[in-house]
Amino acid sequence: MAQDAPRFHVPAPHARPGDTPDFSHIEVQPAGEAKRPDVAVPGMETRDLALGLIGVLDHNHQAVGEWDPKLDADVLREGLKHMMLTRAYDDRMLKLQRQGKMSFYMKSTGEEAIAVAGAMALDKGDMVFPSYRQQGMLFARGRDIVEMMCHCISNSRDNLKGRQLPVHYTWAEGNFFSISGNLATQFPQAVGYAMACRYKGESQIAASWIGEGSTAEGDFHGALVLASTYKAPVVLNVVNNQWAISTFQGIAAGDAPTFAAKGLGYGLASLRVDGNDFLAVYAATQWAAERARKGHGATVIESFTYRADAHSTSDDPSGYRPKGEGEAWPLGDPIARLKNHLIGLGEWDEERHVALEKELNELVIASYKEAESYGTLHDGPLSPVESIFEDVYAEQDWRLRRQRQDLGV
Amino acid sequence: MAKMNMIQALNSALDVMMERDPDVISFGEDAGYFGGVFRVTANLQKKYGLDRSFDAPINEAAIVAMAIGMAAKGLKPVAEIQFADYIFPGLDQIVSELSRIRYRTAGQFTVPAVIRTPCGGGIRGGQTHSMSPEAFFTHIPGVQVVMPSNPYDAKGLLIAAIESPDPVIFFEPKRLYNGPFEGHSGGALASWGNHPKGEVPEGHYSLPIGKAEVVREGKDVTVVAYGTLVLVAQAAAERAGIDAEVIDLKTLAPYDIETIARSVKKTGRCVVSQEAPRTSGFAAELAAQIQEECFYALEAPIQRVTGWDTPYPHAHEWSYFPGPDRFINAMNAVLEA
Repeated sequence: MAQDAPRFHVPAPHARPGDTPDFSHIEVQPAGEAKRPDVAVPGMETRDLALGLIGVLDHNHQAVGEWDPKLDADVLREGLKHMMLTRAYDDRMLKLQRQGKMSFYMKSTGEEAIAVAGAMALDKGDMVFPSYRQQGMLFARGRDIVEMMCHCISNSRDNLKGRQLPVHYTWAEGNFFSISGNLATQFPQAVGYAMACRYKGESQIAASWIGEGSTAEGDFHGALVLASTYKAPVVLNVVNNQWAISTFQGIAAGDAPTFAAKGLGYGLASLRVDGNDFLAVYAATQWAAERARKGHGATVIESFTYRADAHSTSDDPSGYRPKGEGEAWPLGDPIARLKNHLIGLGEWDEERHVALEKELNELVIASYKEAESYGTLHDGPLSPVESIFEDVYAEQDWRLRRQRQDLGV
Repeated sequence: MAKMNMIQALNSALDVMMERDPDVISFGEDAGYFGGVFRVTANLQKKYGLDRSFDAPINEAAIVAMAIGMAAKGLKPVAEIQFADYIFPGLDQIVSELSRIRYRTAGQFTVPAVIRTPCGGGIRGGQTHSMSPEAFFTHIPGVQVVMPSNPYDAKGLLIAAIESPDPVIFFEPKRLYNGPFEGHSGGALASWGNHPKGEVPEGHYSLPIGKAEVVREGKDVTVVAYGTLVLVAQAAAERAGIDAEVIDLKTLAPYDIETIARSVKKTGRCVVSQEAPRTSGFAAELAAQIQEECFYALEAPIQRVTGWDTPYPHAHEWSYFPGPDRFINAMNAVLEA
């Protein structure tokens, strides 16, 4: 038999523009099937959880299995509201960007459960080191929407004084660390932070989020080495939304076989969770946080989801993936799934849902009106020009003082 | 006062600060139990415990990131990068994160970590144990860059670095760890024991970051140096009988332009120096700034004494290293101009 000459391998996604979306290769472990071990379980014994998929909400929107966090209806409604607000906010901000009201925006459509459930399952005192696509955490932690918008339009009230691109939020009071444009850098920083919490004898933990594309960065490896070596109380989340801009997850070794499984080699507890299942994300985060707080070390959580919209306002996904791929995604939409679950419980209905949607849209519109009253990027007022020389160091040295004079401010 | 070499002085600085402040911790590759490949962190683990002086995995980016995370939580981490030549894997964490967190968060978060790293040549270190990469760091807004030239300064400046509210990249010229060095290859090894700057107070003291020192007064030419070359420049002036004023910069960012300008306005001539390759080195910044400040006082073009624009060679080290002859030539060149 003639053998093919061996050639190097470049993986490609199952479908490209013009093709029919195809997720037939994705195996979804049925909700409720995964076992929930004690939080003290040795990392290696989470192998099945790293290779499977923890799900709570089944096809009938019922909560099933050992991972059901058994949350009160009030908590579920709160989660639903934060997710809906996140989506309403994203949709409005996209429109505003298209109208030229801000330079740039990034939506988190389809990934709202990961941010909101993740934040709600942690203590508010835990420090989060998010990437740029976890804005839902800010809503879950009660960040003022006007303040968020003021940051995005870099006006006089931007708490970052116009220094960062939109969506690069920082909110120290809310224990929301600084978002950086450099991918994965915050992953090992979160481990250092967590180590310091332990050093100080506090119960606080840290958690960080990166995308599956960013796991290819060296800092991903560095974070896992640190977390494993020092048994740091940290939760390391990989949001696998299938796409890193135009590159599918296979370009980050995603076919070998899961991102969660990478944690096993470091001896870390590793869970793979249905990222569009609010209850599953909540339960996995709660488990990992308890494990960290009790001194059993770090957990890697892969949240399996789909980036339903463009990477950013500078991206057009029709250039690299088929139309309608989001609708074909086998795990559905996180908001619709939690909504249907609540309706099934008799704790929610279509009327209330529509009313809440309307209320949140109005809130977002009114918030933008107020934000605009503090200035816009194009028309000002902005933070004072001389503030560009502040906060480089604790004190301005002669170089900065002179340069400020050179600028004439 | 005690006689200390630079290693002992740096170790004493860490000891003093760890004693005073439980938030000060030290870590790096081999920096825990073993006490560091150069012994700078010796005995700290024994004295302060495993969680205050510990070994780190071989990952410079992770070491810097760990320091950033810890500093954000309020600790005062002093991280060691074993050789400055190996700081580059940590460069993204330094450039994009450590230096900018105060700025990009408008002061909501600060990360005043200290990154210590042995630098410089003259030790047969070849390409990856001899580099002087300070110019990579002086080009980063948001970090302070320090390089001492003797035990007394090393301790005072390291204490100041630990106490600084800003991140500090602290370069330690390893050629000077055990004794002063005047740039003569093959000469007997000198000791800090007989050197006035080898007398070091045992307790707490600090030297201001950003302050240079005139270490040799003179009228004819100003020589600006830092690290090992301070001693080389002094020795060269002695040997050639040139009335040179030698300035030890000590801090590169922010550098002490006042002290330099005062001297150049007096002498009218200037030589700037660095061990690193010439192009885009820190001496180029010094020359440009001096030209701007002292143009009407200058009676000759500023000369640069530097390493060549090559990687640091092993066998031909003494043709690369800017030794006393090159200083003498440069000083003569500006004096004759």
